[in-house]
Amino acid sequence: MMAEGIFIYLAAAIVILSVLVITRSNPVHSMITMLVLFFHIAALYVTLNAEFLAAIQVIVYAGAILVLFLFVVLLLNLKEEMVARRYIGPWPLGVLAALGLLVVIVLSLKSFIPGPSGVFTTEVVRAETNTKVLGQILFTEYLYPFEVVSMILLVAIIGAIVLAKKRLRN
Amino acid sequence: MPSAFLPEEYLPIVIFMMIVIAFGLGTLAAGIIFRPKRPYREKLVPYESGNPPVGEPRYRFSVKFYIIAMLFVIFDVEAVFLYPWAIVFDKIGLFALVEMLLFIAVLVVGYVYAWKKEAFRWD
Amino acid sequence: MNFLEAAMQPGSVDFLYNIAIIVIKILVVFGVIMLHVAYATYFERKTIGHMQVRLGPMRVGPHGLLQPIADGIKLFFKEDIIPAQSDKPVFFVAPVISLVAALTSLAVIPFFDGFVIADINVGLLFVLAMSSLGSYGIILAGWSSNSKYSFLGGLRSAAQIISYEIAMGLSLVGVMMLSGSMNLTEIVKAQEHYPLGMFLFPQLIACFVYTISVIAETNRAPFDLPEAESELVAGYFVEYSGMRYGLFFIAEYTAMIIMASIGIVCFLGGWNGPFEIPYVPFAWFFLKLYLLIFVYYWIRATLPRYRYDHLMDLGWKVLIPLALLNIVVTGIVKVLL
Repeated sequence: MMAEGIFIYLAAAIVILSVLVITRSNPVHSMITMLVLFFHIAALYVTLNAEFLAAIQVIVYAGAILVLFLFVVLLLNLKEEMVARRYIGPWPLGVLAALGLLVVIVLSLKSFIPGPSGVFTTEVVRAETNTKVLGQILFTEYLYPFEVVSMILLVAIIGAIVLAKKRLRN
Repeated sequence: MPSAFLPEEYLPIVIFMMIVIAFGLGTLAAGIIFRPKRPYREKLVPYESGNPPVGEPRYRFSVKFYIIAMLFVIFDVEAVFLYPWAIVFDKIGLFALVEMLLFIAVLVVGYVYAWKKEAFRWD
Repeated sequence: MNFLEAAMQPGSVDFLYNIAIIVIKILVVFGVIMLHVAYATYFERKTIGHMQVRLGPMRVGPHGLLQPIADGIKLFFKEDIIPAQSDKPVFFVAPVISLVAALTSLAVIPFFDGFVIADINVGLLFVLAMSSLGSYGIILAGWSSNSKYSFLGGLRSAAQIISYEIAMGLSLVGVMMLSGSMNLTEIVKAQEHYPLGMFLFPQLIACFVYTISVIAETNRAPFDLPEAESELVAGYFVEYSGMRYGLFFIAEYTAMIIMASIGIVCFLGGWNGPFEIPYVPFAWFFLKLYLLIFVYYWIRATLPRYRYDHLMDLGWKVLIPLALLNIVVTGIVKVLL
């Protein structure tokens, strides 16, 4: 009962906040709404006993990526931005496409079959703590993808500097 | 059934946050009743050491700030991988050390590149 | 048994009882910390005054003891000036964001054995997450005020905070390695077998990096460039007045207390001391806290302000490599022993 209630609140809040984010004409107001949105997503992770992911959600998305967005938004000339047209192109078509997607999702819900439960049931995760379970899997079974991540981050560093340096020279 | 696992230790945090927000909004709202409000045009002009403000206040700023913000995102993600690693270090031992040394070594290459390209320099 | 589930049963008193206990705990911690914030300002003025061979506040009450209360009342009744062409909703919400980012971390700090409002497994990450939100309040305040000084102060501050956040996060990894946990209570308990009951000596480099990062994170001197009274006339909150300014002030001093508390929990053995003080289990914690708060003021009274490019250099070129080195050294020593 309680869990369902919390989920319904979070889900509803996430949908409403997402709509608010894309409909604000002032990008800074969008950012603040997005910050609240990220907190609701983190809360959703908490209810799933994925507390590490909840913390990462706030640290990486709210604390780092959104700050980067904020820097970019502050560069924009907001006065021009706010009188600019808010929807580009034929937006009824967009709504139609979104509705179509919704129908597909709702229809496919019926054919959704939950798989067999694995080794890491909620009891195991709660006893071991989410972070430990995650770490053990990540650093043994998924070792290779983990090392690949370092390569991706390296490419990101080089890319960021090359692009920014180009701007600096112009 | 699944509701039996709601992590209730997070409930106090939610309550705490609500109390803090209520405190913040409450003090600001209570002030409206007590404090004076006598605005006139000169008083509302942004402060610029006594002179009338010149030009746009929200001007374009140095691209340096973006480089710092982008590098911050990347290194923050790196740090995020270190946290669970530190927690399970005891259980995995030497193997964990070697794989993390590899991970850090690759990132140090990027760090040295950024340093050589003077991404950290501010002038 | 989950009390949330039980609470939904009709006529459950258990649920309300639990909530009431939580609320009382929160209000006690909140009240105590607010009192500390108020007297931290008095302590700061007195300390710096005496270091500069002045007396500090003397007029209000004996030895100026009532000064913080007078300041609070004054702030509350000051006229609230909202600059023209400011973005009003953002201007209004910015101090509240700062306040939430600073105060909510109090929920996970164990003041003594068994006393913590929310005993969560990722306590340390929670504090890092909340402190990373501090930059929003500052940058939004700077932007929404529509003033050049605020805008520049906000930008500088945000760049400074994010630069030092990485070093701060990395410096705590060593502590997590030694204790194998991110729960703050467990971190304190893990230190009992170490010299003096502290992680200070095995994690000396980390403690050094953490201390410097914290001073930068909380915008304290010598890294108080965002406020820099003499250059940016207070930076991001130039246009803030009355209680709005007061909220930023509370947020800044609470952040100082939080960061010092994390330092105590991670490096200085938390609530444990060389001997037990009967009846006051939180005595050691608060003694250590007062000492660290004094160190903040001591540093402020001693060191001149950093130049901005030096500040960025220190964060990126010295502290981050040092923190990484500390992780590698800790790892190697742990494997060898």
